[in-house]
Amino acid sequence: MKPSTLPAPAAAEGAALEVEGLRVELRTPSGTVRAVDDVSFSVRKGRTLALLGESGCGKSMTALSIAGLLDPVAEVTEGSVRVSGTDVLRLSPAGRRKLAGPGLSIVFQDALTALNPVQPVGRQLAEPFRIHRGLSRREAKEKAIELMTRVGIPEPRLRARSYPHQFSGGMRQRLLIAMAVALDPDVLIADEPTTALDVTVQAQIMRLLRDLQTERDMAIVLITHDLAVVAQRADDVVVMYAGNVVETGPVHEVFAHPRHPYTKGLLDSVPEHAVRGRPLPAVPGSPPELSAVPSGCVFQARCPLAQERCAQERPHLVSVGASRSAACHFSEELDRV
Amino acid sequence: MSEISGAPVTETTATGPRRDSSAGSPPLLEVSGITKSFGHGRRRLTALDGVDVRLERGETLGLVGESGCGKSTLARVVLGLERPDAGTVRFDGTDPFTLKGKELLAWRRRVQMVFQDPFASLNARMSAADLIGEPWRTHRDIAPTAKDRERRVRELLSLVGLRDSDAHRYPNEFSGGQRQRIGIARALALDPDLIVCDEPVSALDLSVQAQVLNVLSELRERLGVSYVFISHDLSVVRHVSDRVTVMYLGKVIEHGLTEDVFDRPLHPYTAALMSAAPTLDVSGETRDEEIQLRGEIPSPFDIPSGCRFRTRCWKSEAQCAEHAPLAITRGGAADPGREPHEALCHFPLGTGPRGA
Repeated sequence: MKPSTLPAPAAAEGAALEVEGLRVELRTPSGTVRAVDDVSFSVRKGRTLALLGESGCGKSMTALSIAGLLDPVAEVTEGSVRVSGTDVLRLSPAGRRKLAGPGLSIVFQDALTALNPVQPVGRQLAEPFRIHRGLSRREAKEKAIELMTRVGIPEPRLRARSYPHQFSGGMRQRLLIAMAVALDPDVLIADEPTTALDVTVQAQIMRLLRDLQTERDMAIVLITHDLAVVAQRADDVVVMYAGNVVETGPVHEVFAHPRHPYTKGLLDSVPEHAVRGRPLPAVPGSPPELSAVPSGCVFQARCPLAQERCAQERPHLVSVGASRSAACHFSEELDRV
Repeated sequence: MSEISGAPVTETTATGPRRDSSAGSPPLLEVSGITKSFGHGRRRLTALDGVDVRLERGETLGLVGESGCGKSTLARVVLGLERPDAGTVRFDGTDPFTLKGKELLAWRRRVQMVFQDPFASLNARMSAADLIGEPWRTHRDIAPTAKDRERRVRELLSLVGLRDSDAHRYPNEFSGGQRQRIGIARALALDPDLIVCDEPVSALDLSVQAQVLNVLSELRERLGVSYVFISHDLSVVRHVSDRVTVMYLGKVIEHGLTEDVFDRPLHPYTAALMSAAPTLDVSGETRDEEIQLRGEIPSPFDIPSGCRFRTRCWKSEAQCAEHAPLAITRGGAADPGREPHEALCHFPLGTGPRGA
């Protein structure tokens, strides 16, 4: 059962989250820079979309704008974000607070800083039930213990009284996930949820997220820089570079036949398929500073296909097959490289 | 010990004669039975418990394991920063912990380190040239004059793929990958035989990781340096290592040639680690049954009896709680055609027709 706190009649069929033309600007001492430029995507219920990119590409900034958690120096200047049909960017602070939890929630990367260090975890987990559902202290506590059991914390009744620092990294991440799914959100944003964890624990957490997703029919936006995590856990992928979307599509198609040279460069530089002892095919150079993003194609300086046109004209995302698009003037040529 | 294919074998290097790794010559690094614990009284944390490691000249040893397995403590022991409670370290035949004064100083030149985080490990107020040349303030005979130092900085910069003009720039003017190149140049400044790389690329963006890995392997070819390469990224370890040592809770639980360890793991933990690591495979087929480990690594304050992996192992039986497993070996003396491949397990994998 899902408590519907939102009027959501206009929701497109199945789309839990729709981001359209999102643009985020940052005020810096040396002027305004564009951190996110015209980003659009949508996720249906029960599906996982990965926002993939390197640090500074704007993936976390995109997530924070969706969640309304942008730093004051950053501002959404254009675009819309719809959660189950409601444009969240136009909501009042009170409306947003109502949405946070049942509509949209977020799992952060670093569980130790995301949890309150001076409150027992049971109390923190009970909070959403107290605030959103108006449950009594006792009822909320029972709910919290139920949740702790669900995410696999041993001896939950006892552990509810412990503080965050008394849990291991993996257990803390489980707590954070528990808190995020407490109110059955339509959309769950997971910002590098396993980056700080060991591989065997990473696998456990990703499995937990997947099980919860199936159980609760959530749409997940998975933010990561890890190609293998995307390959294993996401349905669709949005590849970002220097604030721009350079390629989108179903993961298995994009990874099998990338249509943007950046996606291809990333995939090639993973050592997994490389011959040991041979040099890895690296992408030369490094991503541009946000203050110095070139006017043409954002990837031109590192691109093996770059020509004059790339310096003058920024390629738009165009369809390159069923539900796939890429922003490259020469994506046709990529197959022949 | 047989020669492995692909390992570059040069006759000499700038630092002295180099022999191939045939029987007889001592390995560059031989760590035997190292034990190290911290704390006092009853509450002791055993970080290393009888660890053996061997590294031949010009080779790369991959060190794999999850946090708390002791790999960083082992690195510190190898660097001479941590004195082991028991066991010996032999570096080119000598025990660095017996050295004093000038001899110790001379030895320190031979082992250097590349750190994980190029943002934290470089002093922001020093230029690239100062950072790279700082070790020469202690080791004065390497580049005694300002002219020598300048020339050497230029050489080092070009070795790691930076420009001459970068010498006078400061860390904040460099990208992550370039900073890590400075870290590598600094490690090379003393012309070491061994560089310990502790997660050298994990703080870097993927497209830059490959560049830095290429720099490291190029240096190995050109200068004949050896690496101890610590990483949690198995695909990286597989790419760079000749041999791999897998650690769990302070013990080496598997060791062998990279191919053997990755393709035919003996220890259930190694197999689980490989299986847990996500791969790029998007063929749509479901992977071989994923091995799912229960629970997390036990506290190093309270190590399980018998086999320390038994609390998470799907093959464990009563015997595992009672007796610590002895090393089992494939190849080596039993099968002289193959390199020894060892693991600590009562029920090693692959005993049937090619296991997991």
